Amino acid sequence: MMRFWFKIAAALAVVLGVGLAFTFEAPPVQTVQSGYRGIGLEQVYNKVALENKIARTAFPLEQPELDPAGIPSSEVYDNVQVLGDVDANEFIRLMGAITEWVSPEAGCAYCHADGEELSADTLYTKRVARRMFEMTRAINSQWSDHVGATGVNCFTCHAGNPVPANIWFTEPENPQTTRMAGNPAGQNRAAEQAGLSSLPADPFTPFLLGDPAGIRVIGQTPLPTGNRSSIKQTEWTYGLMIHMSDALGVNCAFCHNSRSFTDWSQSGPQRTTAWYGLAMLRDLNANYLVPLRDEYPHERLGVLGDAPKANCATCHQGAYKPLFGHPAIEGFPDLVGPAPETAAVQ
Amino acid sequence: MADYQNIFTQVQVRGHAGAAVPIPSGPWARSGSPYFSYLLGKIGDAQIGPIYLGWTGVASLLCGFIAIEIIGLNMWASVGWDPIQFVRQLPWLALEPPPPAYGLSLPPLNEGGWWLMAGFFLTTSILLWWLRTYRRARALGMGTHVAWAFAAAIWLYLVLGFIRPILMGSWGEAVPFGIFPHLDWTAAFSIRYGNLFYNPFHALSIAFLYGSTLLFAMHGATILALSRYGAEREVEQIVDRGTAFERGALFWRWTMGFNATAESIHRWAWWFAVLCPLTGGIGILLTGTVVDNWFLWAVKHGVAPAYPPAFEVLPDPATLTGGGS
Repeated sequence: MMRFWFKIAAALAVVLGVGLAFTFEAPPVQTVQSGYRGIGLEQVYNKVALENKIARTAFPLEQPELDPAGIPSSEVYDNVQVLGDVDANEFIRLMGAITEWVSPEAGCAYCHADGEELSADTLYTKRVARRMFEMTRAINSQWSDHVGATGVNCFTCHAGNPVPANIWFTEPENPQTTRMAGNPAGQNRAAEQAGLSSLPADPFTPFLLGDPAGIRVIGQTPLPTGNRSSIKQTEWTYGLMIHMSDALGVNCAFCHNSRSFTDWSQSGPQRTTAWYGLAMLRDLNANYLVPLRDEYPHERLGVLGDAPKANCATCHQGAYKPLFGHPAIEGFPDLVGPAPETAAVQ
Repeated sequence: MADYQNIFTQVQVRGHAGAAVPIPSGPWARSGSPYFSYLLGKIGDAQIGPIYLGWTGVASLLCGFIAIEIIGLNMWASVGWDPIQFVRQLPWLALEPPPPAYGLSLPPLNEGGWWLMAGFFLTTSILLWWLRTYRRARALGMGTHVAWAFAAAIWLYLVLGFIRPILMGSWGEAVPFGIFPHLDWTAAFSIRYGNLFYNPFHALSIAFLYGSTLLFAMHGATILALSRYGAEREVEQIVDRGTAFERGALFWRWTMGFNATAESIHRWAWWFAVLCPLTGGIGILLTGTVVDNWFLWAVKHGVAPAYPPAFEVLPDPATLTGGGS
């Protein structure tokens, strides 16, 4: 009788053990040291997983360069509002590139309605794409603090998808918040945007849309001198940090020395780059993405009817540098441009 | 010959299944007829029951039940009363303390009111259970060491959820009731107050925690290794030669030059275990009340060394542009 129970227990242990084995990561795991020895400033990579990720983010075929036509596109084509100064042949090359980067399956017709003039602004996709060109040119010219000389092009976020895979919407309030019980205070569920932690699930609305005041919570003096930041508030910053870590495929030590997260004198230069990244996202969301709301059909909007917006994962998609540092504007000098004169869409 | 050399008890001692020592007369009696469980006998005494509940036990269980109901129903409500999501996300769900804006005032029910209520009943339940361990020990003519050890744990619990929030002037400083949420809270607590690892009382608490496991391993291993000589009957052997006790004492004197006695090893264990939450509670109590950043505190007192940077150190960009955060 008891032998029977032992066998059952042994069988259960084997099943559990085998099941647990599948949750482990296959070796080898490599660590890359980034700080002074012995203080744990290092990144941890799994070779196989990293190679797979790099293969998934491969940049599509290069667009062959064309001889310049010698006249600007605005003299050849009608209704060229943003790229009017671009050489006519280069303009065509850019159109070919954006098709491959954004809508390789739907082709030109994704933006240019069938049977209409190419200059027609009938489709919302074309009107949005025009604004996206302005945004890309602004990022590459004004946000070099974040994108450096690498820059971004359409593929950085779109990766062959008409709608980028990683976008975010403001989260609707849990209906229980205003009922009698079960108010989760914006957290306490498996939060996909916060690395499946139970931290606040939408740290983007406070920090990437509005005034980010309050993101800095840590005490700046040994003894209390009036910092009233609460632990709950800390959890919102923490949620955003987990998102950044997840979006870049790195751990805290990529930017911070975890002995003192707040101390800039112990942080790597990546933290500065990331700081400008957050400032850039606030600019892009407020000045480019949110104002496009009225252009989109209903199905492109969030539950609350808000426009799709960008966070770190939109461009980075799991890589410490988008496309693992592929020079996105090399060969496309026209993707670096001045800030648009008009902030309006049309 | 069967003896105690397995992780399971190989010999199950079964005497008469009785109520044993009589208790002082009162309105409560021990209830239930005792019986034997083979499987429980593998890890302890095979006799189950009779049990003594008493009014402290009944009231404690009742309060505990109410607390768990408030917590569990709030968790279930937070997933819209979906039973599948309740089970699936249970480790993530929680009952949150009030938002800090409410301070120490009574918040609305669904903004921390439930949390206060659950905390009240859970605390009452725990304190009643403490009273029960104290009174049962007295009824058996025992010392009250178990009750005071339990009180050490209650101290840490009260510091986290009651004393420190009051000193900080906000119930929002307290811990949520939830599995992952209380762990995220712990990490956020350490981050907010500049890294708890530089809190010396946290360090002491860890030393006693790890020390407890070390002592427990040493003591448990010594007794098991000597069970072939009847080490579990140590008191009879203290003054005799060649006994299990003397061999154990000799083993430690040979390996580390010093040995605890059969009595003092239990004092070591008791104090290490009790000092773990006592020192930990002091560390929590000082955090935010008298120290705001433990790393900077450690720098100020020469505890945290500086390391040469291996990269370019850049200034805080917010100080350059004057904007952003």
